[in-house]
Amino acid sequence: MKLPVSASESFVEFAGVQKSYDGEVLVVKDLSLRIRRGEFLTMLGPSGSGKTTTLMMLAGFETPTSGDIMLDGARIDSLPPEKRNIGMVFQNYALFPHMSVAQNVGYPLKVRGRPKAEIAERVAKALDMVHLGSFAARMPSQLSGGQQQRVALARALVFEPKLVLMDEPLGALDKQLREHMQMEIRHLHERLGITVVYVTHDQSEALTMSDRVAVFNAGIIQQVAPPAELYESPANSFVAQFIGENNRLPGRIEAANGTLCSVVLANGDVVTATLTDAARVGEECLLSIRPERVKIAPPGGPLDNHFEAVVAEMIYLGDHVRVRCVLDSGADVVVKVGNVEDRPVFAVGSRIPLGWRAQDCRALDAA
Amino acid sequence: MAVAALPGEAGPDVDRTSLKTKLRRAERVNRARSFSLVAPLLLFVLAVFALPIGLMLVRAVENTEVRETMPRTIAALDGWDGRATPGEDVFAAFVEDLVQTQKDRTTALVGKRINYEVPGARSRFLKAGRLVDAGGGGPWREKFIAADPEWGSVEFWAIMKRAGATFTPYYLLTSLDLRQDAQGAVSRNFADQSIFVDIFIRTIWISLLVTLATLVLGYPVAHLLAILPPRHANVLMILVLLPFTTSILVRTTAWIVLLQSNGVLNDILLALNLTTERVQLIFNRFGTVLAMTHIQLPFTILPIYSVMKSIPPSHLRAARSLGAGPLTAFVSVYMPQTLPGVGAGCLLTFILSLGYYITPALVGGPQDQMVSYFVALYTNREMNWGQASALGAILLLITLALYALFNRLVGIDKVKLG
Repeated sequence: MKLPVSASESFVEFAGVQKSYDGEVLVVKDLSLRIRRGEFLTMLGPSGSGKTTTLMMLAGFETPTSGDIMLDGARIDSLPPEKRNIGMVFQNYALFPHMSVAQNVGYPLKVRGRPKAEIAERVAKALDMVHLGSFAARMPSQLSGGQQQRVALARALVFEPKLVLMDEPLGALDKQLREHMQMEIRHLHERLGITVVYVTHDQSEALTMSDRVAVFNAGIIQQVAPPAELYESPANSFVAQFIGENNRLPGRIEAANGTLCSVVLANGDVVTATLTDAARVGEECLLSIRPERVKIAPPGGPLDNHFEAVVAEMIYLGDHVRVRCVLDSGADVVVKVGNVEDRPVFAVGSRIPLGWRAQDCRALDAA
Repeated sequence: MAVAALPGEAGPDVDRTSLKTKLRRAERVNRARSFSLVAPLLLFVLAVFALPIGLMLVRAVENTEVRETMPRTIAALDGWDGRATPGEDVFAAFVEDLVQTQKDRTTALVGKRINYEVPGARSRFLKAGRLVDAGGGGPWREKFIAADPEWGSVEFWAIMKRAGATFTPYYLLTSLDLRQDAQGAVSRNFADQSIFVDIFIRTIWISLLVTLATLVLGYPVAHLLAILPPRHANVLMILVLLPFTTSILVRTTAWIVLLQSNGVLNDILLALNLTTERVQLIFNRFGTVLAMTHIQLPFTILPIYSVMKSIPPSHLRAARSLGAGPLTAFVSVYMPQTLPGVGAGCLLTFILSLGYYITPALVGGPQDQMVSYFVALYTNREMNWGQASALGAILLLITLALYALFNRLVGIDKVKLG
């Protein structure tokens, strides 16, 4: 796998890391990844994809079966967690219930033997940073989920670690609070300039917060890219499917012409698509088109592909309407239509013309 | 209340009353149902637990022997000023009572009761009974004093008068190594009768040793149970619970087999040349504490385990990631969270240990017998139920006092039994 970050830029590096718990199955397979200083990198993937194991190896709670992990130019494989100076925010916050908010936040300074006055000052500063200055004397059980989250954040940041790890920190919050905290964490990252490695299975969270996202599946990084690139140019069909909504048209690549190729669908229709590294001429492939890139337009326009489809279903979603159509090849295509004043209304069963550009339609592996 | 808020409806007060009535009626059925569910157990507990304990507590101060068998003597002593030997009227009444008790064969009973406070009184009463049986007339005062000058003792008659009261502090005082002299003043008991305070202290000390031993041995096991994967934890849990399935008597006897001078352990020690002669491992304090610790271990382990089980493993990881070494993390983050379980387990074991009887009786020496042994001794052998009840009552009081102290220091609401 090529590494987009050069060795000199690299702050955290995984080099050929493997992890197995039972000596039979590899949970993490040959992981190589470099993370820049000050970067917000998210590890995204379904559960069991190896992202949390990777994070735990970085934190020092799991040992790699093989390979090296470097932090700031030094190997840290054999360093115990407490010597790594890495801040960590846990899924359920892991606040110590027998300590007050101030004692929780002051804990990393206390175990480092800092003087009392300094601890008090830095705790107050850290709590102010997460807008909890007046909550210092409370016990964690007296706080709401969002407040506990902020305390955990302050605790992970108070000792000014080089690197902060977050393991699905917002998983237990409701949607509105989660979105609010996403922005707050993002702003803290910008203000403090720390390096953050964030683990989540929520793709929208990954897209909104990250500088780069590493998509994990089955112990392998499928793609590492900035959010826009990940969404617009998924490297394979897993990424296309996992990030955002996706229309999948199975077919076979007949011929290629530069970056373009022609793909034959089940009923013989030919689609002009963008060829990617994941697919080869003459093989089965999956065409991937985002629903908002499918237009309802008669032939003759600027679009490269034109087909007719039967309207199967209209789903009203407030700001937009999803029109599910069936192509003649039998494949489903979902079209997003914005809820504007003059939006067209279709009867279920009617035939409508669809079209899309070749660059919005990517030929990916058939898996 | 939405109905009451509607305009044009009847007054809200009327509605509220009927609503409350309805609520009460609905709740009454529920309450009756809940009560009927617990009623059998409640009655059982009242009948076989609360009632006997109450009766036992009464027995600690009850004083019926003299009052019931010698009513005339007690009535005659009412007018006695307590300065000199009572007059002929008291002796005459005493003889009348003795005639009755000889007939009822209860002379020895009264004699035994007075004997508690006046050593030798029992045989004196029996002799007096024979004297009365021999017949002849009064005046009895001179006859009695001639037979035994002690009958002229002012102190004896003062104690006799006091023994006729409905209630007596005698048993409770004796249990605390105190005595009341003829004038009613409380002072320390004679040295040869002052054994009980030592026994109470011994009981508490052995219980503390056992509690400490179970905690030291049990805490790591509880921790292991809590962190092992379920498959292995189940096996370990069965091992922890195994002692529960064996009777205390069998286990205690097993210790005798293991620890006695010609027992397995001594054989091994000798074979390994660790000792040159056989070591006394049983019928002493060591054997008592060892056997009791073995029996009490599950009681200490289980509450600690259940609390440990509820501590998320992420807490230790969080502490490590924040810079604490393994030991610091364990001591500052894990251990404080286990305190409720430690408190519950230790309290349970301590209170249960206070009442141990069979184990110290079988594997302990004379210096290792606890309060319960003496309760049994007074109940079964001495037939002195008053003393047995008083010892039990004081043990109960000590237990309650320690419980209250524990509650004050730790807070019983923080204790988790599971």
